[in-house]
Amino acid sequence: MDIMIVLIPIAVLMGLVGLFAFFWSLRSGQYDDLEGAKHRILIDEDEG
Amino acid sequence: MALAASGCPSGLAAPAPEIPRADPAAFVRRDAEGRDALELLVQGARCAGCISKIERGLLDLPGVIEARLNLSTGRLRVAWRAGALAPARISQKLHDLGYAAQPFDPDAANAQADHEGKFLLRCLAVAGFAAMNIMMFSVPIWAGHGEMGEATRTLLHWVSAFIAVPAAMYAAQPFFRSAWQALRARRANMDVPISLAVVLTLGVSISETWRQGAHAYFDGVTMLLFFLLIGRYLDHRLRERARTAARDLLALQAVSAARIGADGAIDAVPAQALQPGDLIQIAPGERAPVDGVVIEGESELDRAMLTGETAPQSVRVGMRIHAGVINLSQRLVMRAEARAGESSVAELARLIEMGEQRRARFVRIIDKAAALYVPVVHTMAALTFLGWLAGPALLQAFGYDVAEAGVRIAILNAAAVLIITCPCALGLAAPAVQVVATGRLFQRGVLVKSGDALERLAEIDTVVFDKTGTLTLGQPRLVDGPSGETLQQAALMARASRHPLSRALAHAAGPGPAIAVRELPGVGLEAERDGAPMRLGKRSFAAPDAAGAPADGAAELWFAHGDAPPVRFAFEDAMRADVGPVIAALKQRGLAVELVSGDRLVAVQSAARAAGIETWRSDISPAGKVAHLEALRAAGKKPLMIGDGLNDAPALAAAHASVAPGAALEASQAAADLVIQVRCLRLWLKRLMLRKPRGGACGKICSFRRSIILSPRRLPQPGF
Repeated sequence: MDIMIVLIPIAVLMGLVGLFAFFWSLRSGQYDDLEGAKHRILIDEDEG
Repeated sequence: MALAASGCPSGLAAPAPEIPRADPAAFVRRDAEGRDALELLVQGARCAGCISKIERGLLDLPGVIEARLNLSTGRLRVAWRAGALAPARISQKLHDLGYAAQPFDPDAANAQADHEGKFLLRCLAVAGFAAMNIMMFSVPIWAGHGEMGEATRTLLHWVSAFIAVPAAMYAAQPFFRSAWQALRARRANMDVPISLAVVLTLGVSISETWRQGAHAYFDGVTMLLFFLLIGRYLDHRLRERARTAARDLLALQAVSAARIGADGAIDAVPAQALQPGDLIQIAPGERAPVDGVVIEGESELDRAMLTGETAPQSVRVGMRIHAGVINLSQRLVMRAEARAGESSVAELARLIEMGEQRRARFVRIIDKAAALYVPVVHTMAALTFLGWLAGPALLQAFGYDVAEAGVRIAILNAAAVLIITCPCALGLAAPAVQVVATGRLFQRGVLVKSGDALERLAEIDTVVFDKTGTLTLGQPRLVDGPSGETLQQAALMARASRHPLSRALAHAAGPGPAIAVRELPGVGLEAERDGAPMRLGKRSFAAPDAAGAPADGAAELWFAHGDAPPVRFAFEDAMRADVGPVIAALKQRGLAVELVSGDRLVAVQSAARAAGIETWRSDISPAGKVAHLEALRAAGKKPLMIGDGLNDAPALAAAHASVAPGAALEASQAAADLVIQVRCLRLWLKRLMLRKPRGGACGKICSFRRSIILSPRRLPQPGF
């Protein structure tokens, strides 16, 4: 069961990476305009 | 310029109507990068087409560096090279594109950042992270029950504890704070049992882990927090949306005024910056920003929003005018006599605030439940504890063999009672139902401003209507007068004027040509045609010697052409077509219906008769309306106020529940519980009243909640 000493930190670390990725996205304002985000994908940048 | 479609290219929103536009120059701020920046609230933007149309259109303007539209809030941020552009060109451009845009005070906007919501989201993320990672360690423990060695199990428990304790301490902060506040005020709310359950379970689990016991409940604690935080966040979102709407309206009150400087130059300043003694120009179509005295010009004022009175009032030099009135025909210059915060509009705002404070005392159904629930739950937990402490000892005293007993088992079982009865169903279900209900209503054009509005709406027993703009259309309509050639001739003149009665006449005559007229403010119009003078206006002006004409107090225009006898056009604020059936339907449901208006007795009387309302009052001031609603409440009634004018806003706030139509003035929308975007009175009342017989949304919440509370808990608690 020695492998657990390696696997447990890796598992928790991966969870933490996800958590901090969420914090970063929250801080950088990516949830400020959910309504606009879903429409912006339809705008063709090259046009006009 | 190529003729592009005006407004939303998908046709989801109508092009913006003509509104009084203010020069945004007063609200431009220099940002951190040395650019000029302006925040605008854009109305009518709905889709991807709108975003690209607005952003590209503005970027085409010379000097504009950044244009970003937030579609959720309708806020547009524009930044340009300092001094490269006149701010008025931005609002002009938006207007050309077909969108209404109003500047708002960036200081008010900055105060709107939703810190509480972001904190709840972070708590939710932490609780979710902890719940999932602890489950990763809990599943092996359950799966390997009986096979896993004690050391491995304890190791996994310790790892769980190291995740759960800091995570719970962080994520449970919203509950701890609220519980602490309630306890300090010697009350009990839902967060008291929640906090107690979290702390107790963590404590029991740590002590079990220390003892190398078989069961720890870290997974349960974090999962409980995760679910409760979902409910808390939904609830917050709902209230935040209502608050944002209200604050946007407040920020929009930041109207600018055209101040005339000492050198005669006119510059745009925020209304808040006006000082008594300042000279202000009011162009036709603009609102007076503060109270003051007319010192130049002669015109007519629309006071309908302030007093409910439909007939325009003429003003001359030396007359006092109140903030909020709209100048109708000619340029006026006024001298300010009060600051924006001391004007008559601010007085209304104070009345509104008083009403809202009173309403805040309404006890939400969920808090009523908590007041009953919390003592019961805590008594049960205490009884469990005492029972397990005393029971085994008693049994042993009678000679029975009891394997396990003692304080540890008693605490464990008391904690089990607390966790199982933890009101997470209440915390999750009530906001979930409110979010669904308000979401559905929103799709049908009803904006619910506060979560408890639906609960209050279900309790009403009296409906109080305003007249102008609610029962009536708020605009004069031609009801009596000649038709055919005479009407067309009068319309030639009427089309050239901005006066409401002229507009109504032009509307009745249909589209057609206009001729050049001379407008005599407060009197009428004059023109020449076929060599004979034409006059349209007051009786004293157009028909000084007309006899035998009815004097019924209705708004009227007289028209005279040459030597022909003058003719009379009578106007009335027309009733909405569906008022009668709506009033009848309300009465059928056993609701008392009243009409309270600031308009003249004759107008109110005829409106009440036409609508079939027996109880009515006329010439009521805004404070009088509030007093009337107070009297109703004192008599034990629960009135619903329906109104749209600024003069109704205090009454809307004072009523038990209130509704404002979508066309209402911003202040009224901010004061009302519900804003209804549908034009037709019957449609919107039907939508609301449909809920009544079933006990309203509140009844729905109750049954939904009952079913959740009564169903067994679904969170895995294998230890219990």
